[in-house]
Amino acid sequence: MKSIKDLEEIRKRTLDTINLRKDQSGIRIVVGMATCGIAAGARPVLLSIMEEIEKNGLSDVIVAQTGCIGLCKLEPIVEVYKPGEEKVTYVKMNPSKAKRIINEHVMKGKIIQEYTVGAEEK
Amino acid sequence: MKELSLHVLDIVQNSIAADANLITIRIVEKITTDRLVIEIADNGRGMDNEMVQKIKDPFVTGRKIRKVGLGIPLLHKACTRCGGDMVIESELGKGTKILCWFIYSHIDRAPLGNMIDTILTIIMTNPEIDIVYTHNYEGKEIQLDTREIKKIMGEVPINQPQVLSWMKEYLKESFNSLYGGANI
Repeated sequence: MKSIKDLEEIRKRTLDTINLRKDQSGIRIVVGMATCGIAAGARPVLLSIMEEIEKNGLSDVIVAQTGCIGLCKLEPIVEVYKPGEEKVTYVKMNPSKAKRIINEHVMKGKIIQEYTVGAEEK
Repeated sequence: MKELSLHVLDIVQNSIAADANLITIRIVEKITTDRLVIEIADNGRGMDNEMVQKIKDPFVTGRKIRKVGLGIPLLHKACTRCGGDMVIESELGKGTKILCWFIYSHIDRAPLGNMIDTILTIIMTNPEIDIVYTHNYEGKEIQLDTREIKKIMGEVPINQPQVLSWMKEYLKESFNSLYGGANI
């Protein structure tokens, strides 16, 4: 059984890494979490983003949520903010597309054009 | 929504938008009386009486009250089509409580779905908000209280991956004991 004692252990283990992590990459990933986003499948998208971040040890990436962006029919929507670059809006996301965004855009800087709102509206 | 747990995630967004810092979520499954009850209460800014009356109507909500949209009307409809209903109590400056219930065995009742994913999603992106989640099944009860976890973790944020996976495992084990060993 998981116990409170485990938490003490986790605290001891993570405390050092937290202090080391002062240099933030400044990458922010924002997932739309309004009624439209949730109904379209934002929850599994957010969870797969977190999973991929954990798997690759990208502890400096911030994941946040936002309300309705006004493009309900294109939900789930994921926005990627990188310092010094224009925001990229990805639409009609699913867990596997979201994983690709982490692996290619967030980690290697390669924007996946075919998933962007620009490609969708053409 | 395909799962009632998605409604819970959605309604909690209202509490977050209302600047709540404590949200209590309570699920009661009572097979013997054929009832499923969901209660979500927050200490956010609350609503006045007029707003409480109007809020179930999807067409009354407008831009100036943008934080409210289809979330409540959708859940309300889900309740009433399953022989249940929804009651909203709110007080300005105090908070809001939403209570809804369903006939458990109703053919149109959506499954409760993955409550663990809903709770983790809320905590992940809102580590500063405290969540008290209670789940009662036929009188047996499990609980997750982020205030207790924060007390132990101190300066370590509770949305650290290791802490989140501890909570996930903890909830999984709790659910297994709640449902008598059956895996979910």
